Amino acid sequence: MGQITLQDVQKSFGPVHIIKGADLDIADGSFVVFVGPSGCGKTTLLRLIAGLEDVSGGKILIDGKNVVDTPPAKRGLSMVFQSYALYPHMSVRGNIGFGLKMAGLPKDEINRKVEAAAATLNLTPYLDRKPRELSGGQRQRVAIGRAIVREPKAFLFDEPLSNLDAALRVQMRIEVTRLQKQLGTTAIYVTHDQVEAMTMADKIVVLNGGKIEQYGSPLELYERPANLFVTGESALQRGAATIGVRPEHLRIEREGAGGWQGTISVAEHLGSDTFLYVDAGPLGMLTARYIGELSLHAGDRVSLVPDPQRIHRFDDGGNALRG
Amino acid sequence: MARMATRQRVVISTIGAWLFGFLIFFPILWMVLASFKTELEAFAIPPSFLFFHWTLENYVTVQERSDYFHHAMNSVIIAGGSTLIALLIAIPAAWSMAFSPTKRTKDILLWMLSTKMMPPVGVLVPIYLIYKTVGLLDSRIGLVFILCLGNLPIVIWMLFTYFKEIPRDILEAARMDGATIGRELVYVLTPMAIPGLASTLLLNLILAWNEAFWTLNLSTSNAAPLTTFIASYSSPEGLFWAKLSAASTLAIAPILVLGWFSQKQLVRGLTFGAVK
Repeated sequence: MGQITLQDVQKSFGPVHIIKGADLDIADGSFVVFVGPSGCGKTTLLRLIAGLEDVSGGKILIDGKNVVDTPPAKRGLSMVFQSYALYPHMSVRGNIGFGLKMAGLPKDEINRKVEAAAATLNLTPYLDRKPRELSGGQRQRVAIGRAIVREPKAFLFDEPLSNLDAALRVQMRIEVTRLQKQLGTTAIYVTHDQVEAMTMADKIVVLNGGKIEQYGSPLELYERPANLFVTGESALQRGAATIGVRPEHLRIEREGAGGWQGTISVAEHLGSDTFLYVDAGPLGMLTARYIGELSLHAGDRVSLVPDPQRIHRFDDGGNALRG
Repeated sequence: MARMATRQRVVISTIGAWLFGFLIFFPILWMVLASFKTELEAFAIPPSFLFFHWTLENYVTVQERSDYFHHAMNSVIIAGGSTLIALLIAIPAAWSMAFSPTKRTKDILLWMLSTKMMPPVGVLVPIYLIYKTVGLLDSRIGLVFILCLGNLPIVIWMLFTYFKEIPRDILEAARMDGATIGRELVYVLTPMAIPGLASTLLLNLILAWNEAFWTLNLSTSNAAPLTTFIASYSSPEGLFWAKLSAASTLAIAPILVLGWFSQKQLVRGLTFGAVK
């Protein structure tokens, strides 16, 4: 079991409020991603759940039990750090087995569990190597091995893939998701990468300025963003209110075809997609996406026609207007 | 174009490096050579480099006149004792400053360093008078104490920098893994700090071994270490180059051997933060 509930969790460092009252229900076995810009409090919230920081107020319940006064190791969670945080003087075997050794398990049982975890992660040939003899991806796998071998109630991931190169990141992203589904263990994953959030999560928690802005499935967030921050889309100021349209929901037409007129300032041709960054004069910069190749270039004039079904409206505070 | 490591370039820089190294090493070599000459040959102009009458009589004379082993033992006790006591004080101090710093930590560190900016001779008279009053003059304990205090700022600074290099994440990972503070110390922190501890120990040992100002001024015979032993050959009897050289060679030999065998550890420790 690994059901985690936050009730009005608060955290201040001196006079600075980092987390301003977070309420959240994380179902057992789900994969929840915390996203938000740097400084939004996502890592702090994760560290509060881990017990590496003490809460200033509120409750954290793991399987219904308040753990705010429980030390990290007793919470039954394991964590994968951004820097991997491997013990440099221990072999891979020692690293993965350290938690079990601390728990006082007999040697042969530790060995059996470590070898099983290593096999899952394709680390068997490296068991007797030191971390410095491994590549970045392998180190990351050792860190994950250290987390899974203790069979925790939940995994906590703190931007675990951000030190890897792009290709490896995609591969590890798939591997982590597959592993989590296979083990059925609750996972909380912190990232600032929207693609990671969209692809890995069952539910996404959007944090901004120490507050939970929205909590929902990736598609819910995509279809019905709760506020401007969540959309990250082209936003147009219309009086006091703002409307937002996603780049793929703008139809690109010849100049004069209605909609918004503008000049292309940059055109990105990716083959599969074409992104146009259009200077629409008083409306500001708009981003439009076309599926496939479109032979338009910087300096060309175009019209952008929004899909009326997919326009999001926000009040002057940036919150969504529904109805 | 990238600079090529051509054979010619390698040969030239290798010869240059060896020449430079030889130049730096030459005074020590000259001292060792002089210690095997007779007093007359040591003075001779032009000096003979290798073709002289090799003799061990200087070493015999030196050992007869003043007991080398007595002074060497003093050096070991004073350098070793002051280093160990300095480490005992510095480890917890550096530890707390590195792992739970307060807003005053930086000031305290700077204040410690600032004590090394004062010339020791500035406090010689008061220290001498205090030592005289409490009867610490020419005592090993007195020298251990003063050298320990003198090197403490450097020891704390070095250890502080090493401890600072240990990533917090790793300690937190150990906490998540269920290690208590005690086990965290034994299984994670200490093994990671050993290179730093070892090089601090070695460097401090060398500094204390070679320290001459306090040892010369506060000791005469009982507690006199090798520095005083060398000095006793320089002044009172005029210049006996060969005997002075023999005494100096004997005095630096132990620390030179220690430094030679631990050079890998020393270099690794001193470049710990720089290369990782």
